[in-house]
Amino acid sequence: MSFKNLTRRGVIKTGAIAGAGLALPTYLRADGHSGFTNAPQGDTVTLGFNVPQSGPYADEGADELRAFQLAVEHLNGEGDGGMLQTFSSKALDGTGILGKKVQYVSGDTQTKSDAARASAKSMIEKDGAVMISGGSSSGVAVAVQALCQEAGIIFMAGLTHSNDTTGKDKRANGFRHFFNSYMSGAALAPILAKEYGTDRKAYHLTADYNWGYTTEEAVRSSTEAMGWETVNAVKTPLTATDFSAYIAPVIQSGADVLVLNHYGGNMVNSLTNAVQFGLRDQTVNGKQFEIVVPLYSELMARGAGANIKGIIGSQNWDWSLEDKLGARYTGTNAFVQSFGTKYGFPPSQAAHTCYVQTLLYADAVTRGGSFNPCSVVEALAGFEFDGLGNGPTLYRADDHQCFKDVLVVKGKENPENQYDLVEIVEVTPAEQVTYAPDHPQFAGGSLGTCNPGA
Amino acid sequence: MDAIVIQILNGLDKGSAYALIALGLTLIFGTLGVVNFAHGALFMIGAFCAVTFSKFLNLSHIVIDETRKDFLGNPLKVEVPYIYDFFGQATGDAIIDWAVPLSIIFAIPVMIAIGFIMERGLIKHFYKRPHADQILVTFGLAIVLQEVIKYYYGANPIPTPAPAAFAGSFDFGAMLGFDPNQIIYPYWRLVYFAFAAVIIGAVFAFLQFTTFGMVVRAGMADRETVGLLGIDIDKRFTIMFGIAAAVAGLAGVMYAPINSPNYHMGMDFLVLSFVVVVVGGMGSLPGAVLAGFLLGILESFASMAVVLETLPGINQIIIYLVAIIILLTRPRGLMGRKGVMEE
Amino acid sequence: MFGLNKRDFSLLLIVAFLALAAPFILNPFPEGSAMAQFNAGYPDLMQRLVIFGIFAIGFNILFGLTGYLSFGHAAFLGVGSYAAIWMMKLLTMNVIPAIIVSVLIAGLFSLLVGWISLRRSGIYFSILTLAFAQMSYALAYSVLTPITGGETGLQPKYTDARILDAALEPGQQPRANLFGVEMNDGFELVMGNWVFTFNAGYYIAAVVMLIAFYLSIRIFRSPFGMMLRAVKSNQQRMNFTGLNSKPYTLAAFVISGMYAGLAGGLLVAMDTQVGAERMFWTASGEVVLMTILGGAGTLIGPVLGAGFIKYMENIVSKINETILEQWFAFMPDWLGDFMVAIIYPFIGKGWHLTLGLIFMLVVIFLPGGLVEGGQRIGRMFKRKQPQDNTPDASKTPAE
Repeated sequence: MSFKNLTRRGVIKTGAIAGAGLALPTYLRADGHSGFTNAPQGDTVTLGFNVPQSGPYADEGADELRAFQLAVEHLNGEGDGGMLQTFSSKALDGTGILGKKVQYVSGDTQTKSDAARASAKSMIEKDGAVMISGGSSSGVAVAVQALCQEAGIIFMAGLTHSNDTTGKDKRANGFRHFFNSYMSGAALAPILAKEYGTDRKAYHLTADYNWGYTTEEAVRSSTEAMGWETVNAVKTPLTATDFSAYIAPVIQSGADVLVLNHYGGNMVNSLTNAVQFGLRDQTVNGKQFEIVVPLYSELMARGAGANIKGIIGSQNWDWSLEDKLGARYTGTNAFVQSFGTKYGFPPSQAAHTCYVQTLLYADAVTRGGSFNPCSVVEALAGFEFDGLGNGPTLYRADDHQCFKDVLVVKGKENPENQYDLVEIVEVTPAEQVTYAPDHPQFAGGSLGTCNPGA
Repeated sequence: MDAIVIQILNGLDKGSAYALIALGLTLIFGTLGVVNFAHGALFMIGAFCAVTFSKFLNLSHIVIDETRKDFLGNPLKVEVPYIYDFFGQATGDAIIDWAVPLSIIFAIPVMIAIGFIMERGLIKHFYKRPHADQILVTFGLAIVLQEVIKYYYGANPIPTPAPAAFAGSFDFGAMLGFDPNQIIYPYWRLVYFAFAAVIIGAVFAFLQFTTFGMVVRAGMADRETVGLLGIDIDKRFTIMFGIAAAVAGLAGVMYAPINSPNYHMGMDFLVLSFVVVVVGGMGSLPGAVLAGFLLGILESFASMAVVLETLPGINQIIIYLVAIIILLTRPRGLMGRKGVMEE
Repeated sequence: MFGLNKRDFSLLLIVAFLALAAPFILNPFPEGSAMAQFNAGYPDLMQRLVIFGIFAIGFNILFGLTGYLSFGHAAFLGVGSYAAIWMMKLLTMNVIPAIIVSVLIAGLFSLLVGWISLRRSGIYFSILTLAFAQMSYALAYSVLTPITGGETGLQPKYTDARILDAALEPGQQPRANLFGVEMNDGFELVMGNWVFTFNAGYYIAAVVMLIAFYLSIRIFRSPFGMMLRAVKSNQQRMNFTGLNSKPYTLAAFVISGMYAGLAGGLLVAMDTQVGAERMFWTASGEVVLMTILGGAGTLIGPVLGAGFIKYMENIVSKINETILEQWFAFMPDWLGDFMVAIIYPFIGKGWHLTLGLIFMLVVIFLPGGLVEGGQRIGRMFKRKQPQDNTPDASKTPAE
């Protein structure tokens, strides 16, 4: 009967002073000698994986958790090593992180910022997690990122697409691998121009919250720059389930493209409604009516079923990337192989970003030689790497945002199997989606300096 | 004009879903005096009856196709529904295509059975208990039901399309004499509206024109007196609970093609349907139906771009705003009876 | 003592003892043991337990005494939270102004909502309060984003104005404090394998909770409380005697709204962030469930209910498959796998299922909520000593 010590404090037990011994303030505080919060003691290190396990994004959260488990296995030298073989940095050798075995704790964000913070705090205060990762919405990412900054913990964001995460709400202790609204707009615009022409009239339906606003702004400005006209932009409540009242007037507006700035259940429903209303069968201004969904995901494609066919959108990554576009995206197949063998289906982009974030964190700790958040920040800021499935990538020092190629995808007309839902139209190279750190869409924030919690 | 007509259509359509759920809720409120927070879950289970039935039709055996590859590069395992073996591929596909309408046949007995079990097994013991206890137990039940569905079907929406014959849309406006290509409306939404009208009519006719219905109406008005007349009112109320469950379930089955079902769709509707019932007036069936359509139409109007330009955010709050105004001007909602759920 | 009778005073003493000794009581299992998973004695959860306790105590003053079931109390909590965070952004990171302002703003807002909603009773009242809360949520999440931060909520930044505070040193984070004592401050006490965490923020919240609890006892025992009970039992008869019940119920509504605002302000003080979700109807529903689950109308019940639900949410949701496998590692493989398979649906992502089942079980078998459970256990022991069995004490020990 051997129980692993799951907590930082568990390690204390052997050396604990019998009776009453007063330790210095520890949680959210430096561990006296080590100089930063939750310094791993003994031969293990604990990572916190905070993913939505209830609520509408529970399936996405479950996929993220699978990826985290896989990453932990690979870091500890179990399994086939996955992307460790293809990663351009060779610091990781499968012996954990800095020789410490990796353990993890998991929690439920419920896709609510309060619940996510409570869960993250329990990981920090109770379990001694030294890094928090995961999440499936920008509200949660911003809230947990601010908490980690305050506590002196590294936050490796999961799926978060709003500009704000690395824009006005950026924090020194937070890092985002996933792409953002601006990149979606910049990547989509040239391909939309190529596919649909430059004299289109667009009608936007926008989810009425921060992510929706930044996405609408990004897509609008980049499509208007190439000649499109925006006929109207209507905000829809997050809690809406039936979008008929927003879809029906679209045809009468004279628009010939509908842009759905929706995510998750909102997008599944609005797209389903739009197809029901026959928008795609219409010819307006002598052109075929088209629908665009700026942010795509495999789970949304599955939820929308046949309605997704032929719809253009953008993605951070897709499991078929290396097969379709060759060795530039090396790492993809290694990851898909180990994920698919373990779980029986291909990983989603949410799983990919979480897996990569875990490896990047472990690598940064190893290269910097310390778990100290400031050492991690130093090692990750401005880090250029390759072999993690997205091609050559830069973690920009100015805002802790990754810059890499963005996929423009399309719902597949004739899927070969049940996972083969999207086809890659084109890949927009990283240079085209790169923006200045002080771009107006990202203004108003300041990274501050790293906080080790001391 | 076109814009208004189309929003009225949308409103009627949305309103039919509200009205159907509110009708079932009122039957339970009115007959049994129970605040049923699990009613949204019944709607959700109805939608999942359609999902389950279509899963059942798609039960498959696996044939390995060496010529095609799956995502890992292994030979592709193709799932062939058993129904192909029985009826051939063409007929099989046709049956699968009609899964949603066919699942009505499956859903009615299932929903009535669930209603009976709920009433006899659980709700029965709560008639004499305070409303607070009813809320707690039915809310607990709603959570359990939806978590069970989540456990088996996941949290992601499951596409459940309408039969191909009803999948598209058509120029409804031209039929009514408007300009062509201005009022395009999906077939299935009209089917949904017609279906709701039939169900609502049937429930009213049942209560109005049958002896059974007469007794139930008498029981709603004065349960004790009817009991004293030697009529087993409890048994009839159990049946009414089954009917209410079936109405919610059928509303769910037919709703599945409109929006892909997910496990929390019941909770999404729950609060709205309570607002509808209360705005309609406690204990009034016509009130519930009227309020359902009224709020559906107002919600659709509030979603219009023109309205949103002058009153940003009105689409977020219109239903609640209207509910407040109605409840302040008409103390018991539109058609509520005095003394029902006023303590 | 303190104007309380003997029984109430001993109840207050018990609650005070439980609150002050919580770091010990909630951490019964040694670190590193399999059961340590169930320890709840870490600052964040302890703070939440007492804060939601305050919320539920306040709700109970309205619902438990007058019988008016508000389905929109989360709005007052949310408004209080927004008020508090703006105080922290504009004025100072000291929690005192934040908490005072949150109580006042929530009080004003509840006065408005109560003044309108209390024109109706029963379910009509519930729906009116629900409508106000849902409107607050929807607007805070979308149109009011410039004020509320919308989806991403509000957090203090080091770039905020904060006119009373000295400028932060570069690299420093704004931290909530009480005259320099930061909410995160504290120390750990190591006793053998046990580690107990004492946290400044928790003790501040606990003291506020004790004051709130004391006030609620005083309200329950006052003539005003008696009047509120009269509203519950028969408002009509009360009106016939010439008494206007409206001012009493409105006062109760505002008091409970202020309690909610206090809870909201404390939430911000302990964890400096606000999100609009805390005003969603499920949050309003949660406090209703807390109160009923614990025992509506009893003094201690709501606190128990709040603690129970928050404990489930934070502890059960964190148990994952790996932990489960470790628990059953000592069993033979087949038995271990079997146990994991049986329990797995109820933990981690299945914590809602467990919660729903417990709601049902409690309300079916313990009609008076958790308090009744306590009373039954109490009676079981008392039965052995019949001389102690005074009927009065066993029926309503907590009220």
